[in-house]
Amino acid sequence: MQITVSVNGTDYTRVIEPRLLLIHFIRDELRLTGTHWGCDTSNCGACVVWLDEKPVKSCTVLAAMADGRRVLTVEGMASSGGRLDPVQQGFTQCHGLQCGFCTPGMMLTARWLLNHNPDPSDEVIREALSGQICRCTGYENIVRSVRWAAKHEAGGDQS
Amino acid sequence: MQVPAYVEYEKASSLEHALMLLARFGPESRVLAGGHSLIPMMKLRLAQPETLIDINGLKELDFIKISDGELRIGAMTRHAQLLDSAQAGKHFAILHDAERVIADPIVRLWGTVGGSLCQADPSEDLSAAFATLQATMVIVNLDGTRTISARQFHVGPYETVVGPGEILTEIRIPIEAGVGSAYEKVGRRVGDWPVGAAGVAVWLDRAQPGRIKAAGIGLAAMGAEHFSAPQAEESLIGAQATEETYARAGQIAAEHCRPVSDQRGPAEYKKHLASELTIRALRKAVRRAGG
Repeated sequence: MQITVSVNGTDYTRVIEPRLLLIHFIRDELRLTGTHWGCDTSNCGACVVWLDEKPVKSCTVLAAMADGRRVLTVEGMASSGGRLDPVQQGFTQCHGLQCGFCTPGMMLTARWLLNHNPDPSDEVIREALSGQICRCTGYENIVRSVRWAAKHEAGGDQS
Repeated sequence: MQVPAYVEYEKASSLEHALMLLARFGPESRVLAGGHSLIPMMKLRLAQPETLIDINGLKELDFIKISDGELRIGAMTRHAQLLDSAQAGKHFAILHDAERVIADPIVRLWGTVGGSLCQADPSEDLSAAFATLQATMVIVNLDGTRTISARQFHVGPYETVVGPGEILTEIRIPIEAGVGSAYEKVGRRVGDWPVGAAGVAVWLDRAQPGRIKAAGIGLAAMGAEHFSAPQAEESLIGAQATEETYARAGQIAAEHCRPVSDQRGPAEYKKHLASELTIRALRKAVRRAGG
């Protein structure tokens, strides 16, 4: 079947098998390897991207289901001028990653959280990220990174 | 790498179109809702449908509303929508209790109420919650509509009364004054199935304070027939809402369920949970009913 998916603002048309998972469409067809393929069982959240307006674990959705929809991956988070999203800046500033495998998914979920709740408590951040696994940081610095983004988006220092 | 077996894909544009596609592709076709139960099953090759009928575009099944004295929940309602619904939470707090602990926040954005029910996993929380509330399931086929009690909906593990050519369209729960409800779950981690869970709804007698007029008890992951505990419910009818009453109901609920030992815990422990979680949910439900 033929599908057209808008990924990070660019339309991609491909002929695919209906059984193709969105994660493999993104990584193998489009060669956008920032989205990571982790547990393959919708537990770890490394593969989180946005489908239309909300995050989804892309190992658990068919590419066919994304036909005619918009996908946002980590490659599309920065502005077109190359300025990092405040969430990405937060992860940089607060050492929110070590190996970086979970980071794209963590950042996309954090972006969604802050869009809906600009000033979340640590508890709310932990709940929002509870479907995603990080084996390096112990989550402390991830929570700090999201707090950093919330604080700086609220009109604080953008440097 | 887990990849589903070869499958055909059709996108339904309306409920009638979906029913026509189901009729055309026959019993080896499957309805694809949020996909968060079906796709993992397909990846494991435990499910191998020939054709998927995608109903994600069916706005007519995406609603939460009150009409004719009933709370009506469309089958395509996402878990997160039910959790966010003030209407649902106001009348049936059990639905919010349960939704808060189903899967994880990202999965809840996509997984649907109808999809979870039709997956019919013996550990599925909403199956127990709707059994507790004695909800009514609405099923449509090309010949018309039929309704069935939530307690008759499941035929067995991963099996429901929804036949080939049929779609679960909504769940209805009658709204009555004086009801309080709650759901208590023990799980090892976010996203995992429960070790055990219990739901309770109580209807208090306004004429006689503290007296329970009617009650519903639902159990998940406990091997309870139809996700319910009717003997324990009977013990509550006409009883005063006291700790002794709760303890007795919990004991009866534990006696009548048949949990199995697995990696989440031994059967003995699960029986203990059946009792303890029923007691905790009873306390909370009675408090919420104003008792």
